[in-house]
Amino acid sequence: MSDKDKSQLQRPTDQISVFVKRKRTLTLVLLGIATIFTISVMVTDYSIIDGFDSIPKAIAWMIKNFIPDQKAFSRFPNILSKLIETALVSVAVTVTAAICAFFFSLLGTKTTKINPWIGRVVRIIAAFFRNVPDVVWAILLLFTFGQNILTGFFALFFYSFGSLTRTFIETIDEVSAACVEALHATGATYLQIVFQGIIPSSLPQIVSWVLYMIETNIRSSTLIGVLTATGIGALFDMYYKRMDFGSAGLVVLLIVISIIAIEAASNKIRKVIM
Amino acid sequence: MSNLIPAYEGVLQSDSMLTQKTSTSISLELQRFMKKTHNGKIKTTARSKSGTVIKLTIVVLVALTVYGFLTFDYKNIDLAAAVSGTFNNIKVLFGQPHLKYNSMFGALKALLMTFCLGVLATFFGAIIGFFGALLCAKNIAKPAIAGVVKSMVAFIRAVPSILWVLIFTVAAGLGSVAAVIGLTFHSAGYLIKAYSESIEEIDSGTIEALKAGGASYWQIIIQAVLPSSISYMVAWTFLRFEINFTNAIAVGAAAGAGGIGFDLFMAGNFYFDLRELGSITYIVIAAVILLELVATKVKERVK
Repeated sequence: MSDKDKSQLQRPTDQISVFVKRKRTLTLVLLGIATIFTISVMVTDYSIIDGFDSIPKAIAWMIKNFIPDQKAFSRFPNILSKLIETALVSVAVTVTAAICAFFFSLLGTKTTKINPWIGRVVRIIAAFFRNVPDVVWAILLLFTFGQNILTGFFALFFYSFGSLTRTFIETIDEVSAACVEALHATGATYLQIVFQGIIPSSLPQIVSWVLYMIETNIRSSTLIGVLTATGIGALFDMYYKRMDFGSAGLVVLLIVISIIAIEAASNKIRKVIM
Repeated sequence: MSNLIPAYEGVLQSDSMLTQKTSTSISLELQRFMKKTHNGKIKTTARSKSGTVIKLTIVVLVALTVYGFLTFDYKNIDLAAAVSGTFNNIKVLFGQPHLKYNSMFGALKALLMTFCLGVLATFFGAIIGFFGALLCAKNIAKPAIAGVVKSMVAFIRAVPSILWVLIFTVAAGLGSVAAVIGLTFHSAGYLIKAYSESIEEIDSGTIEALKAGGASYWQIIIQAVLPSSISYMVAWTFLRFEINFTNAIAVGAAAGAGGIGFDLFMAGNFYFDLRELGSITYIVIAAVILLELVATKVKERVK
């Protein structure tokens, strides 16, 4: 048999084997997922029936108990002032972290770094701050700062600083490589390159990331609040543990409204600037 | 002529090549589009809507920050002492880790528990997310249903996951069920949005062609929607898993849901043992970095 005949004979089996192969990978992936799922169920002692059972129960319970009552509305001014405080903390954290992260990230990008070693160190420091969970910072700061607004502020600051540094490095590398080269060619100084090239060209992305970080921080600050007894999280926790569910429901409602409002506003801004 | 544009007198006069007529018409044209500062410099950047919005956003954010710093209730904290104390604590935390209340094996078991909580929440979230995305992706869903699903999802996403966990603790009792279902709610909301956005990016021609060929709804989903968006979906799912893992730590600490987060909470807020906290933190950091590496690898392979 010549080679040509052989290849003609083999073609159909090849085509089948593609399907067989695809089926085999699919079965393997599904089996892998099923195994991990079963192990997870066993390790966490999770009951699937209880899980599904709890959803309607919880929703019924929420509807029955979470409707804000008269007492809850009398607490409205207090809740609102805590909510505004929490929102302000999130904005302040994000803006301060963004300013620090911007100048820090200039040392870490490919286009503006002073030397490769500093660049590497900057990336490692950013990875460190990004990967230590904010829970650890919150517990750690609780020792020295106590139940203070600054505990939540710094706990959120470290994580925001780490992740904003990373995204800024990526953004600057992506957006401004060409314009930095062009400015270099004209003999611009380092500061001129930063202020005339990098900031204008990457500002829309940076603002968009900052807005995203504010959204994330408002959510996390609720959690940090539960842990460190500050802000709106602590208020929810207190009402909840006192079984004053009407007030807790009002807290949840106000959090939801403020987060949806902030999300809508930042989506609007993003649509215009990007 | 010099009355028209005094700042350009010199330029135009030296440019004797241009005839009087054309130079006038050019300068009129220029004058209409050119913006100048008060001392005669030409502005090189055009005023655009996006530029104004960016400036406005930054001004508002900075103003809010300054206002916040001025009005926060600091409770007369001794900042210098607190900061230097924190630095000392950080030194102890990362410099002298030890395990006294947990064994290494126990800590790793707790880590596995947290990992599994994250897996379960991501698993359920991905299943709900997929079917939810089919109901609200613009190109395959009915607009009326899509609207309802989207507003429900917006609500679910707006409630922080710690609140869901606390709420479910009452309905399902303390333990893994509350943690998993609580985390699932937020994951599902997030993944519905992410998946539906990846479905919306599919080339509309593919779906139309299958429709014209008489394919049923599920045939379209399995033959067109899944193959062309699966890589995005896997990437999003892994991203969410990373988030769920850190959330599971947080929820373990704040809602007593078990796992390594609970150990963190006990070490810090119950035993007040910084060294114990440090060693658990090291374990957590190692796990998170490992996870990030695996996620990057998986994303590369799927693409």
